[in-house]
Amino acid sequence: MKLVVAVVRPEKANAVLEALFRADVQGLTISRVQGHGGETEQVETYRGTTVKMELHEKVRFEIGVSDHFVEPAVRVILAAARTGDVGDGKVFVLPVEKIYRIRTGEEDKAAVTPVQVAAAGRG
Amino acid sequence: MDTPVIVPADVAFMLVAAALVLLMTPALAFFYGGLVRSKNALNTMMMSVAALGFVGVAWALFGYSLAFSEGSPVVGDLSKAFLAGVGLEAQGTIPQILFMAYQGTFAIITAALISGAIVERMRFFPYLVFVTLWSLVVYAPIAHWVWGGGFLAKLGALDFAGGTVVHVNAATAALVAALVIGQRKDYARQAILPHNVPFVLLGAGLLWFGWFGFNAGSALAANGIASLAFVNTMLAPAATLVVWTLLDLSRSRKATAVGAATGIVVGLVAITPAAGFVSPMAALVLGAVAAFPSYFALVFRARTGLDDSLDVVAAHGVGGSVGALLTGVLASKAWNGTVDGLLYGNPGQLGIQAVGVLATIAYSAVASYLLLKLINLVVPLKAATKEEGLGLDVSQHGEEAYADDEGAILILQRPEVAAPQPAKALTAATAEGGRS
Repeated sequence: MKLVVAVVRPEKANAVLEALFRADVQGLTISRVQGHGGETEQVETYRGTTVKMELHEKVRFEIGVSDHFVEPAVRVILAAARTGDVGDGKVFVLPVEKIYRIRTGEEDKAAVTPVQVAAAGRG
Repeated sequence: MDTPVIVPADVAFMLVAAALVLLMTPALAFFYGGLVRSKNALNTMMMSVAALGFVGVAWALFGYSLAFSEGSPVVGDLSKAFLAGVGLEAQGTIPQILFMAYQGTFAIITAALISGAIVERMRFFPYLVFVTLWSLVVYAPIAHWVWGGGFLAKLGALDFAGGTVVHVNAATAALVAALVIGQRKDYARQAILPHNVPFVLLGAGLLWFGWFGFNAGSALAANGIASLAFVNTMLAPAATLVVWTLLDLSRSRKATAVGAATGIVVGLVAITPAAGFVSPMAALVLGAVAAFPSYFALVFRARTGLDDSLDVVAAHGVGGSVGALLTGVLASKAWNGTVDGLLYGNPGQLGIQAVGVLATIAYSAVASYLLLKLINLVVPLKAATKEEGLGLDVSQHGEEAYADDEGAILILQRPEVAAPQPAKALTAATAEGGRS
């Protein structure tokens, strides 16, 4: 089991979400975050106060997946989130010690396998 | 009355009415600003706010003259350019400068209305060029046709407060602009939702408030017709709001807030050409009837490739046309003292109204198209895809509507204090002393 963490541009978040759903990755959490990834700072001015925005709005995806879903999940994120400019974001793959599904108490791989997939015998 | 006399009551009323109409443009900024995504909120609001300045100045310099000087039946001349000869003398029963200012507020809101079709993708500089020139090349002549003694006025077309001049005209330009500039990159590819529906309701409320000045003020006097227009401006949108809500309920079992705001605006647009010509009961009917074409035009538009982003065509084009035509049906001499419509035995009026609408659409479409294409030769109209992704607030204005000061590093504008260099200072002082 792995935790895939992806930090992407906000304007690419919907594209990433759609691509993940198409790849049958259905359980995920997203949050709005701010980060700095070496992109050129944007300069803003408010009534004579000029500032450099060092932090940029990003969206972070956290996806708990069983091992054979890691590669497809990462692949679709890379494809959907890329614009080719600095600031496209990062994907991290982290090992996971244990996963529980709260509703049923299922553990590990069963806990990250969507219900309807399991019912269809594909889990 | 042979010699025109200034009536103080009329002056007082028109001063207030002009201020009310001016308020409609910031109100429109909130209405449109709430409907776009947060990354484009400022840009959208600025498109209305900028019109207050750019169109306002253009109006004083040339627009008023092109619309309201003698000229030809097609367009005025430049005899009143730079407000030459526009002073305190009576125009009707108010000073001509007040008349000029009142009409100027109309030019401003009309140009700002167009922006609804091209938000979230048009670059700001070409937008400024476009609305400024548009107010002179398109708005001023059409205002001249109807209100400046031009050919539609001579034909007898009824347009009390600008159903054709303002709304059909702006919506036609909006349609052309949406087609010339093209879709937003995300249009029909992902959901684009209003970022602040309370802003939309605030804008609709303030528009309604300002519209009392727009319609009642178009009587140009504090009299019975102004009262009639005022009451009709209250009743027609109320009827539209009711019908719109019922349509919402019947189609999706939910009365939506954006729908209510839209219904109010459609009702206001539809009553505009009719306000001083129809009875209050006719205004209720007009408002109720006008809900249907706009409602379904809006539902239909969303399924097409036409990215008229904030539905200027459905609300202002369809609503304005329906209002203008129904004016020809419902106008009642018993109320307005001048002319009857189809319902009161004057079917010809409906034809004249149709001519007014068609002439406006034809001229506005062609002239707006040429203007946009011309500007596009010099400076590209559409923002780059990357700028669109980032949002136009940052890419066009260097500001964010909802800025977060975390991570914002102050750039000191104060000139760097140079290390003290006494020798050099001394030399300079000496040189200075030597010269004097």
